[in-house]
Amino acid sequence: MNEARESVIRVRGLRNVFGKQVVHDGLDLDVYRGEVLGVIGGSGAGKSVLLRSIVGLQEPTDGRVTLFGQDTTRLRPEDRQIIDRRFGLMFQDGALFSSLTVLENVKVPLIENFRLPAGLADEIAMLKIRLAGLPSDAAAKYPAQLSGGMRKRAGLARALALDPEVLFLDEPTSGLDPVGAAAFDALIGTLGDALNLTVFLVTHDLDSLYAICDRVAVISDRRVVVVDRIAVVERHPDPWIRQCFQGPRARSAQSHGSAQGTPA
Amino acid sequence: MVDAAFIDVPDGTARPSIRMDGDWTLANAGRLCAQIERLAAIRSADGALTVDAAGLGAFDTTGALLLGRLLRHGSTRFADHRIDNMSKADLALLDLVFARLDTLAPPAAKHANFVRMVERVGVWIAGLWQRTRELLGFVGAVLATLAKVVVRRRKLRVTATVFHMEQTGLDAVPIVALLTFLVGAVVAFLGATVLRDFGASIYTVELVSYSFLREFGVLLTAILLAGRSGSAFTAQIGSMKSREELDAIAALGLDPIELLVLPRLLALLVMLPALTVIGMFAGLVGGGIVGSMSLDITPSMFVARLHETTSLRHFWVGMSKAPVFAFLIAAVGCLEGFKVQGSAESVGRHTTASVVQAIFLVIVFDALFAMFFMEIHL
Repeated sequence: MNEARESVIRVRGLRNVFGKQVVHDGLDLDVYRGEVLGVIGGSGAGKSVLLRSIVGLQEPTDGRVTLFGQDTTRLRPEDRQIIDRRFGLMFQDGALFSSLTVLENVKVPLIENFRLPAGLADEIAMLKIRLAGLPSDAAAKYPAQLSGGMRKRAGLARALALDPEVLFLDEPTSGLDPVGAAAFDALIGTLGDALNLTVFLVTHDLDSLYAICDRVAVISDRRVVVVDRIAVVERHPDPWIRQCFQGPRARSAQSHGSAQGTPA
Repeated sequence: MVDAAFIDVPDGTARPSIRMDGDWTLANAGRLCAQIERLAAIRSADGALTVDAAGLGAFDTTGALLLGRLLRHGSTRFADHRIDNMSKADLALLDLVFARLDTLAPPAAKHANFVRMVERVGVWIAGLWQRTRELLGFVGAVLATLAKVVVRRRKLRVTATVFHMEQTGLDAVPIVALLTFLVGAVVAFLGATVLRDFGASIYTVELVSYSFLREFGVLLTAILLAGRSGSAFTAQIGSMKSREELDAIAALGLDPIELLVLPRLLALLVMLPALTVIGMFAGLVGGGIVGSMSLDITPSMFVARLHETTSLRHFWVGMSKAPVFAFLIAAVGCLEGFKVQGSAESVGRHTTASVVQAIFLVIVFDALFAMFFMEIHL
C-alpha cells in the first residue's frame, strides 16, 4: 500500500456524552479511499454512535469530523445534503420503508435527487437489486414479506442507489446464518472492488474481519485503541482485544480466513 | 472533470463505432438516455460495435447500464463488441452490470380494470365473512375462559385487572365528563331553540334527561372508550405480538386470553358502566346549567321536573347497554391486537381497524337495542 493515501473520513478529538455517560473521548480515526475498514468493540463501546456521528445522525459533543476534506461542523445544511448523497448507509435490519415495495424503496433516493427519463429509474433500481444479490421477483415484494437476510440485501440495494463513494454498514451479518453471512461478506468484497467503494463496516463478526477488511479499528475505553491490519491488531496487548482474538470463536475465524486466503 | 456526457459516432467506418466522452454518471442520465435512444434507432442490424472510451470521465453503474443497453442488441454477446481505452476498473464494472442486464425488466404493475374491481369486491366480502367468524370464535374463546375463571379452573389476574381499571376507567373520567357535559349543553340549547316557539321551553328538561339516560350517556362513553381504550388494547397486544411475546407466553404453557384479554375485558366491563353514570350525570348538569342561564329554568325547578317526569327505567335502559358495549370494545380491541403480523406498520393498521370496527359495532348494537326497547314498550 502506498503512503500518500487520500483520507475520505477524518475524525479528530471526537467526544460524545449522553447525560453522565462518556461514550467517546478524544477519538481519532482515518478512513482511506478504497479500503474496507472494520470497526469492532464490545457491546456499548460506541461503534454505532461513531457511525452516526460520522454520517451526521448524531451531533458530536465536541471534536471534528472531516468528510471528503470538508469540515462538517461548519457546513451549511445544503452542502451537507450534497455530501450525504455521496454516502450509502445500510442499517442493521435494512430500515426499509414498510409501506413501499423493495423496488420503490430503492427508487426513493433516485427520484428524490434526480430527474430521470421514464423507466430509467426502474431499470437502475432493478440493477441495484440484482447487484445486491436479490432475485428479480423480490422487487415487487414488501419488506414484511422478506426474510431477514433478504431485507439486509434490499437495504444494501437502497444504500447503493446513488452510486455512493463511501458505504456504511451497521452490522451487516448479524442475525444471518453462517452461510448467508459468508455470502454477504463475499458480496461486499465483490461490490467494493467493482464499484470502487470505501467501506466502513461496523461488526461483531470476526469472520467478516478476516474475510474482507483491509484494516480493523478497535474501539475500547472511549477511544480507537488500534487501527491496523488484522494480523497486527490480533497481537495487540489490550486486554479486550486479547480476549476477543484468542477465544475459540476467533480461532475458527482465523483458520477460515487463512483457508480462504487473503486477496492477492 | 468534464461535466458533459455525450456520444460521438464517426461516419464512414465499416463497423459502427462510438466515442464516449465526459462523465457517464447518474447526474447525466437524462442526456445520455436521449443519445442512446437516438443511436439505437440508427444502428445497423448486426449490431457489433466499437467503443472508444478514451474521453470517458467518471463511470458509474448508471453509465454502465446505459452502455449495456446499447451493446445489448439482438443476439450480440458482450464479447462481440470491441471496447478500447477503458480502464480495468471500469471494464470490471461494465462486466458486472452486463451480466445482470437480462433480468432487469421490472415486474409489470397490475392496472385497474373491471375484473380487478370485481376481484377486490369479492376479496372484501370474503374478508368480511372471515372477520365475522374470527370475532365470533374469539368471543367464544373468551367466554369459555371466563367460565373457567368462574369455576376456578383458571386464575383471575387481580393486579392486572385493577391496573387496567385505572388505565381505562379512572384516567378517562375527565375527558368523559367534559365531553358529555358539553354535549348536554348543546342538546339543551337545541331543544330551547325549537321548543321556545311553542312556549314549551320546560320540556328541555325531558329532552336532556331522556336523551342522556337512554342514549347519549352510554353511547358517548362507549365511543370515547373505543377510541381511547380499544385502540390501546390493540396497540399493546399488537406490539407484544410483533415482538414474539405472545409466542413466549404460549411456549411457557400460559394462556394469552387468561393473561391479556380477561383483565382488559373485566376492567372495561366494570369501568364502562361506571363512566356511563358519570357521563349521564355530567350531561344532565350541562343541560341544567344551560337551562338556568338562558331559559329561566332554575336548578331546583330542573331537579323537580326531572323527578316528576323521568322514571328510573330510562336509566336502566341506558345502563343495560353498557356491559354489551364494553364487551364489544374489549373483544374487538384484543382480537385486532392478536391479528398483528410482524411490522410496526401492521400495528398501526390494526389499531385503526380496531377503532373503526368497535365504533361501528357499538352504533349498530345501539340501533338494535333502540328497536328492541321500542317493541317491548320500555
